[in-house]
Amino acid sequence: MTDTVTLGGAINRGLRRSLEQDPKTVLLGEDIGKLGGVFRVTDGLQKDFGEHRVVDTPLAESSIVGAAVGLSLRGYRPVVEVQFDGFVYVAFDQIVTQLAKMHARSGGAVRMPVTLRLPYGGGIGAVEHHSESPEAYFAHTAGLRVVTPSNPVDGYWMIQQAIACDDPVIFLEPKRRYWDKALLDETGSAPAGLFEARVVRPGRDATLVAYGPMVRTCLEAAAAAETDGVMLEVIDLRSLSPLDLDVVTASVERTGRCVVVHEAPVFLGMGAELAARVSERCFYRLEAPVLRVGGFHTPYPPSKLEKHYLPDLDRVLDAVDRSLAHG
Amino acid sequence: MTDASPTQAAPPPITGEGTFVQLLTPEGERLHHPEYDLELTDDDYRALFRDLVLVRRIDAEATALQRQGELGLWASLLGQEAAQVGAGRALRATDMAFPTYREHGVAWCRGVDPLTLLGLFRGTTNGGWRPDEHRFALYTIVIGDQCPQAVGYAMGVQLDGAEEAVMVFFGDGASSQGDVNESFIWASVFNAPVVFFCQNNQWAISEPLERQTRIPLYQRANGFGFPGVRVDGNDVLATLAVTQAMMQRAREGGGPSLIEAYTYRMGAHTTSDDPTRYRLGSDVEAWKLRDPIERLRSFLYKQQLVDAAYFTALDEEAEALAVHLRDGVRALPDPSTGSMFDHAYAEPHAQVDADRADFDAYLAGFAEEAR
Repeated sequence: MTDTVTLGGAINRGLRRSLEQDPKTVLLGEDIGKLGGVFRVTDGLQKDFGEHRVVDTPLAESSIVGAAVGLSLRGYRPVVEVQFDGFVYVAFDQIVTQLAKMHARSGGAVRMPVTLRLPYGGGIGAVEHHSESPEAYFAHTAGLRVVTPSNPVDGYWMIQQAIACDDPVIFLEPKRRYWDKALLDETGSAPAGLFEARVVRPGRDATLVAYGPMVRTCLEAAAAAETDGVMLEVIDLRSLSPLDLDVVTASVERTGRCVVVHEAPVFLGMGAELAARVSERCFYRLEAPVLRVGGFHTPYPPSKLEKHYLPDLDRVLDAVDRSLAHG
Repeated sequence: MTDASPTQAAPPPITGEGTFVQLLTPEGERLHHPEYDLELTDDDYRALFRDLVLVRRIDAEATALQRQGELGLWASLLGQEAAQVGAGRALRATDMAFPTYREHGVAWCRGVDPLTLLGLFRGTTNGGWRPDEHRFALYTIVIGDQCPQAVGYAMGVQLDGAEEAVMVFFGDGASSQGDVNESFIWASVFNAPVVFFCQNNQWAISEPLERQTRIPLYQRANGFGFPGVRVDGNDVLATLAVTQAMMQRAREGGGPSLIEAYTYRMGAHTTSDDPTRYRLGSDVEAWKLRDPIERLRSFLYKQQLVDAAYFTALDEEAEALAVHLRDGVRALPDPSTGSMFDHAYAEPHAQVDADRADFDAYLAGFAEEAR
């Protein structure tokens, strides 16, 4: 049962399995049916499960989410796709005002088991609004959960776990990693809980905290650092709400140094929260301030500039050097 | 120089007469309509009158309780009783309704204790009832948000193959919202069993109808590909007839429709509003002559369907309801401080757990100090 699969293909298989296992699971989105999605993540699902369960919707993101709220009230388990990160703001009101708050508003009487799939992040040379990292907006909103796989194996299991969750889950798919490959074993059960962070490379000198597309970047940085004798520990957060802080702090307690890496702008990004929490928890163990590497406080630039905007191996290692320079 | 801005359209006629379905004139004369008519028993007429009177009483009591400081706010439905009772009574137990925050009359028809509504405006809850039990979604405050949700629910009805329909309530102001227009499109292309019930009460807080539209709202349906009907929203019989017909059409697979209930918001937008700043008292006086309750009262008298004993009993019932609200609202318990953490999520969430633990520890510190 083990074979090689891309991240996009792994999510496709996970969606297929959820559709097979729960007749209440329905997919909604633009171009997800016949076309199979602009990234082909839903390829073949409409053919096998029908137009009533894999629904090509009108081009209206707000209503995609609003309809998912209504379907949830009817007992369904909707999985909606918003085609690109930059298009999700059209649906922001329904997400933040309705989807996130309905369970609390109802005093627990109503559940909103909605999964919102969102390809996000840059690095594919796209036009404007196709490369953004809006995760902090959603993590900031109580009632939403935010997760992001960094690799095909997580993509396969995490999408199924997100669909099974009775809370709304913003499922961020790192689009530039859609074509990354890994060996996938579809038997057995998920190797980790949906909201668990994982140490994906052990080290002793500093901790790199990343998620989604930046996990691979950090692993590459750690491999490069090793050639200089610097052993970096890399953590894949996997979940941004809730944050699995215990894994992060346990690592920083050992290394004494922490660098948070994400594509999103540094200012008030996930790194700000992580830096604050790590400082609170590991204050006396820290050898250096928690540093952050990420996007600038600018709109995402034209794609010819994105290689300068996006953190890469060198910028990660530069931050590591600055951290190591302390003490 | 001219006073008229080029963007300003001529205001629509205030009465709507001649464009709407009417089965009961303001004078209490029973009319008949070739498409929409009703066969009601004497008991039905009396029951509708009872609904109207009790719903108005709920509203009056709530307004008074707000003035007494028991409620933070109240959104009065004064003048819209017939539109809401007519539509509410067209719903079957298995149908679903999606309200705004002013549908107290529909809530009444769906069996929601009006005391629950007061809790919402008092600040003891943000919801208050089980949507699945009453087939009545929670009040929606952000204008128009409920419309795509109603369509989604209706798509679920289709998936289930159920003979049910959905009614979604909104107002003339909401008709400008993107979500409302999107929901028209979705309902149309999926042929969803949903009835869009627009109470055109002429005012969106201070903005008159002509700031929302240049054509009668019911005519918008044409552009979306489904029928639109304007009904006299102060006529409970006409509203009931039209909503019954459109709901049945939806249940049978006929698809969506738009009903514009032409009515008037007799009171302020909410108790925080001051309508004297933006509209004429003479307009309000003109609408008083079209009162939804008085016309049915005239009809009942003329048809000799009621006697003094009926009104005495109804007065007593209204008074008992008022006492229930007055006593009940003061007895509503404040929620416990810890309850805000209870339902942020359906499943455990580490951040909520941590915040709750921190807050509990903070509160415990005061308890220790007090010792």
